[in-house]
Amino acid sequence: MAQAETFQDGPRRGGSLLYSTAFRGVAYQILLAAGVILVGYFLYSNVNQNLERQSIATGFRFLTESAGFDIGESLIPYDSNDSYGKALVVGILNTLLVSVFGVVLATILGGFMGIARVSRNWLAAKLASMYVEVMRNIPVVLHVIFWAAVFRNLPGPKESIHPFEGLYFNNRGLIFAVPKANPAYVWVGVAFLVGLVAAFLFVRWADRRRERTGKFMPTFWPALAIMIGLPLVTWLVQGAPLVWDKPTFGAFNFSGGAVLTPEFIALLVGIVVYTGAFIAEIVRAGIQSVPRGQIEAARSLGLRSGFVMRYVTLPQALRVIVPPTTSQYLSLAKNSSLGVFIGYPELVNVANTTLNQTGQAVEAVGIMMTVYLLMSLTISIIMNLYNRKTIIRER
Amino acid sequence: MKALRRSGWLAVAASVAFLSTPAVAADGPMVTKIKQRGELACGVHTGRYGFAVADSQGKWIGLDVDFCKAVAAAILGDANKVKYVPMSAVQRFPALQSGEIDVLSRTTTVTLTRDVSLGLHFGPTTFYTGTGFMVRKTTKATKLEQLAGATVCVVPGSTTEKNIAALFKARKIKYTPVVIESQKAMVGAYFSGRCDVMSMDHAGLPGHRRFDAKNPDEHFIFEEVYSKEPLAMAIRQGDDQFYDIIKWVTHVTFNAEEYDVHQANVDEVLKTTTNPDVQRMLGKIGGLGKKLGLDDQWGYRIIKQVGSYKDIYDRNFGEKSPLKLPRGLNKQWTQGGLLYGYPIK
Amino acid sequence: MADTLTRAGEPGGPSTRAAPTRASAPPPEEKIAVLRWLRDNLFSSPFNTLVTILIVAGLVKVVPGLFAWGIQNAVWYTKDHEVCRAASGACWAVIGEKHRPMLFGLYPYAEHWRLVVALVLYLGAFSITLMRRFWNPVFLIALWVVVGTAVGILLWGGVFGLTFVPSSQWGGLPLTMVLFTGTVVLGMPVAVLLALGRRSHLPLVKTVCVTFIETLRGVPLITILFVAVNVFPLFLPSGMEINTLLRIIVGMAIFFACYQAEVIRGGLQAIPRGQYEAAESLGLTYWQMTRRIVLPQALRICLPAMVNHIIAAIKNTSFVLIIGLFDILTATTNVLEDPLWRRFFVEAYLFVALVYFVFCYALSKYSQRLEQWLSAGRQY
Repeated sequence: MAQAETFQDGPRRGGSLLYSTAFRGVAYQILLAAGVILVGYFLYSNVNQNLERQSIATGFRFLTESAGFDIGESLIPYDSNDSYGKALVVGILNTLLVSVFGVVLATILGGFMGIARVSRNWLAAKLASMYVEVMRNIPVVLHVIFWAAVFRNLPGPKESIHPFEGLYFNNRGLIFAVPKANPAYVWVGVAFLVGLVAAFLFVRWADRRRERTGKFMPTFWPALAIMIGLPLVTWLVQGAPLVWDKPTFGAFNFSGGAVLTPEFIALLVGIVVYTGAFIAEIVRAGIQSVPRGQIEAARSLGLRSGFVMRYVTLPQALRVIVPPTTSQYLSLAKNSSLGVFIGYPELVNVANTTLNQTGQAVEAVGIMMTVYLLMSLTISIIMNLYNRKTIIRER
Repeated sequence: MKALRRSGWLAVAASVAFLSTPAVAADGPMVTKIKQRGELACGVHTGRYGFAVADSQGKWIGLDVDFCKAVAAAILGDANKVKYVPMSAVQRFPALQSGEIDVLSRTTTVTLTRDVSLGLHFGPTTFYTGTGFMVRKTTKATKLEQLAGATVCVVPGSTTEKNIAALFKARKIKYTPVVIESQKAMVGAYFSGRCDVMSMDHAGLPGHRRFDAKNPDEHFIFEEVYSKEPLAMAIRQGDDQFYDIIKWVTHVTFNAEEYDVHQANVDEVLKTTTNPDVQRMLGKIGGLGKKLGLDDQWGYRIIKQVGSYKDIYDRNFGEKSPLKLPRGLNKQWTQGGLLYGYPIK
Repeated sequence: MADTLTRAGEPGGPSTRAAPTRASAPPPEEKIAVLRWLRDNLFSSPFNTLVTILIVAGLVKVVPGLFAWGIQNAVWYTKDHEVCRAASGACWAVIGEKHRPMLFGLYPYAEHWRLVVALVLYLGAFSITLMRRFWNPVFLIALWVVVGTAVGILLWGGVFGLTFVPSSQWGGLPLTMVLFTGTVVLGMPVAVLLALGRRSHLPLVKTVCVTFIETLRGVPLITILFVAVNVFPLFLPSGMEINTLLRIIVGMAIFFACYQAEVIRGGLQAIPRGQYEAAESLGLTYWQMTRRIVLPQALRICLPAMVNHIIAAIKNTSFVLIIGLFDILTATTNVLEDPLWRRFFVEAYLFVALVYFVFCYALSKYSQRLEQWLSAGRQY
């Protein structure tokens, strides 16, 4: 697209080779290439020289060496005897965990606030606009360290905030009861995945049918029913096994149950509240971009408001909303690196420790950057595919 | 528009020139470089009582700081010609490797990996300590074995971080590490109750208890020291002369104490002494300084401007400090300690 | 390929800071009108009534508590932390007690007046720059050269009897200001070049620019700072040193430039082909055309979006916390390690948040007005 708008070579002035645009184009490029290569070589030879002169270890051999440090929270089993490579994987998984939760929550919060901003309710609109203006004008770093300070200064484990059985909130985090592992849960999980696919197929079938025959059929509730019902039935069929693993207070801390650490919650709350404000603005702009006439026309045809939202407003608004939201998701994922400020063991934090234990700054920072770059590119590509799909619908 | 762009570039160029100090000195010996610059760039802790801490006027004090001063006194003749660069645990080695600092004097433990694969040289040990643990008295814990299930605050990239992993593993007890980059934030997290235990060099704990706790009596430091942590100054490899200076500056402070030469009496000793070893150290018998590429008064200046090891210890940890830490292993070899000054001959 | 990746500017693409169209009118004066307003805006439907009731219930629950904490029972001034500890409300006294280390960091205490003067000069010049009636390139450049020199002299000293203060001791709000200004001043020209390069018809130029922009936009700012502080010195010939502060500013400037380049590219794309064709038919060279025809229009179009990224640059200065530079946020976290005042962190952080908010909010309002002015005055 950009190519089409680019101006082509202009008219030539004089016959001299020097004035030929084509010649100068080639010359510029050769100069640039030479410059890039020279700078690259300069930096490369310097770093090599420096590392060799000071006999600093280089290369990625350290990845297989034993890390020797522990990591506070990990999605996979990890032990201080494991390698630096595995430690970094633990970090990457933690980054993904907080990013995925962050994206989901920021979308919900941002969507809610964005809709509230265009609401006909004056109070809701004002409050939402206050939220947006305040939150997006405060640095995300401040959001994160503020919440970290708040959660660390909660009462200790013995004086936990304890709203109901099985849930404790204290300066060690949010501790809650979880069902004890049971072989039946594997099947429940499978059932959920099957339900997900089934629901998707059902919605698609219903859409096709509507387009073919013009007959409308409710899809949201049936789809939800399939997604929840299937696992529920599976669970009931297997005798509804449910034993809670409740947190109990030990010598220092709670044991049992599941824990969300203050660092995780602080990072999550910080980036969600911040990103949510930007998403709210995007959603508002998206909704307002749909001409009022469209909605009024749809209503005057006697369509129900849910239907209008689903088939008239949303498809058009989404086209405006998706591209900038993608960039918000990307910046949320990148902002999860703020975990290093507050001690959440995400990628940058673990790579930082690795950097210090091994002293291999170039390699450690290189790993950080590469992983984020791959993550960004993946999200970009996925969202562009989605984007292309919504654009094709334009017909 | 044209005028704008041109003067814009000028302004940019001017500000770049203004901000940068591209001291493209010859890649000569460190001593020449330091003399040219007129100050020693010394990497220190961002704030650990007894080792390095900046007071409200921005003046640095501490044992690590005193060794920076001793090196500056030897090379530059003035113990005050030091530029202190406070750095986090993670920043310290890259800063040294890249040449941002000349010497790293920052509670740094000597280990094989650091010595070999980080391209460092370590001077003689300036302080012997080990991993220590501090807990709240309400936990009633007095030794490591009682810490099962505890949450432990620690700074990343420290030897402490690896030590506690090994210590807990050996005792087969579980714990949760909370790893916080900033030393101050880590200490704050312990005192606000985020962690049950704070772990760092044993000698660093009393200072934090004394100055960072709301009520120092509420906290208990385990008496046992759990690992070997020899702390020393580090420099990058590639300059043997500078390495020699670091080595012998440290030994001068050890020897001074052994021969009972201190900041207070050094002038008197210089006049009266008949001991050739002391005369050599103080430059009365010349020739040694030259071998290091310094003048003959280098040893005298270290003792006069900074002091013997006893002066340094007493000022920062001992009787003259608020910490009142017993010397432990940091005693002279003649008194059962590990300080053993090599002969200055 | 990368060119088709749709990514608007980071915090809020060009469209997202648009002036909010009023969803509802402000309450009018007359009584009947008030009732009508209430009905239209708060109780127009059962759902709306429910929402209003819920919000009012929430406010009734929260606001009195906040008022009691923040104003009624707050301690506004004391030197004794015990007074604060005893009070049930906020301890705003922590700001009075600690405002100097918070605002000025480690800068020598006796010299703080220099920072105050520098800040006043800087903010004055900044406000003048924002006013359209002063938009005269020669005047603005002259102004900034004078103010920049004055601020530099005040910060560094070493002349006119002022004590020399090395940049490693700068701190607080003035450091935030230096970081921000350095980022924008160095980043802007790079952004323009990158944007032009990305739109170039020379394949190699285009590839280099696209790769550069997309790579830097794909990584977090923290990693760029790590490179600037920990890695970059290893890439210099031995013996060559570059001031740490400068390295950090350059790193932030390049990061800023990559995002700004995308905004400018949007502006370049918005210029009708006819403009290019007309310029070419006049026989202008590429650089003449770019400088006289294309850039002035493109920059004008994307000015509001550019201001948004400038706001982001203000906020991004706070990232230096990780490398221990004493900007206003680092200085505040440092102050909060004082065991006597540590528990009043909420008040201290709120104060810092307010400082950032004032600057960023003012600029975002300014950007909205600029947008209105541009769309009213100029039609492309």
